[in-house]
Amino acid sequence: MTDDTTGAPREPGSQWYDHEAGPLVRPYAVTGGRTAPGPSGVRFDLIALVTLDPAAPAGDDPALGPEHRALVDLCRPETQSVAELAAGSDLPVGVVRVLLGDLLERGRVTVSRPVPPAQLPDERVLREVIAGLRAL
Amino acid sequence: MVPEHPDAPAGETTALALKILVAGGFGVGKTTLVGAVSEIRPLRTEEMLSEAGRTVDDTDGVDHKVTTTVAMDFGRITIRSGLSLYLFGTPGQDRFWFLWDELAQGALGAVVLADTRRLEDCFPAVDYFEHRKIPFVVAVNCFSGARRHDARDVCRALDLDPGTPVVLCDARERASGKEVLIQLVEYAGRMHTARLLDSVG
Repeated sequence: MTDDTTGAPREPGSQWYDHEAGPLVRPYAVTGGRTAPGPSGVRFDLIALVTLDPAAPAGDDPALGPEHRALVDLCRPETQSVAELAAGSDLPVGVVRVLLGDLLERGRVTVSRPVPPAQLPDERVLREVIAGLRAL
Repeated sequence: MVPEHPDAPAGETTALALKILVAGGFGVGKTTLVGAVSEIRPLRTEEMLSEAGRTVDDTDGVDHKVTTTVAMDFGRITIRSGLSLYLFGTPGQDRFWFLWDELAQGALGAVVLADTRRLEDCFPAVDYFEHRKIPFVVAVNCFSGARRHDARDVCRALDLDPGTPVVLCDARERASGKEVLIQLVEYAGRMHTARLLDSVG
């Protein structure tokens, strides 16, 4: 049961070390202060899936920072959702969205659109989901 | 939902992800349920929020904070390669509702976890999903020591729309959590079909 939203230590007076002390760099510093993804204005859903673009230019892009690279590395083994990238990189979702906007614009990744709600429960897909759940 | 993106051809990525929300009062077992059915250890993602301009905030005695961090737990179930189900535990505090709006967008449906000892804790979640016409099931987490209630009693007490499934469950049990999700997906399918028929008729 972890509904608490703070990582504060339980014991009063205990010292905060490392992670407990909070980030040394303010979250939106890694985005250069931007809080929304670049000109494309795409707002990535938490379950939008991010895949490395196989057509990405080879070599290092000097415009990318260590956090961009961290996201790219996370996507290397398999497709990741935005939520997974946020958890994996230990960055707030808002920051991950901005960084993904950069990666998308630089042709590093492709991002799938979630299914439009109107078509959401395609009957065949739902049957597949139910069968899959039963087989768990 | 991500706005239409003209330069992303449809079917470019065939992978499909579906979203299910797990809501309910504080401490009712949302993370437990997500953890019981997820194939990955529940991950935690954080959203930084600015509270500027937010209305009533009953944090009496708490130092005023300008920003706050909301954690959401989530898990994943891979149905097959290219089809996965993501489960999101919604933040338990009412004042983070605006975050739900984003979570709820495009969601397949929701599980409202209820504890019969504090049934009123799940009222806001029931209201929320009813108003937005998001299919949901009420899963009564049968804590040991809690008096067992008939699903029908719970249905009456919550004044649910007819047809809304009520399931008794044990959020710690994978099999039980699985059953809850199956009920939800089946119900979501029925709701969708009914809506299609409505729009045709």
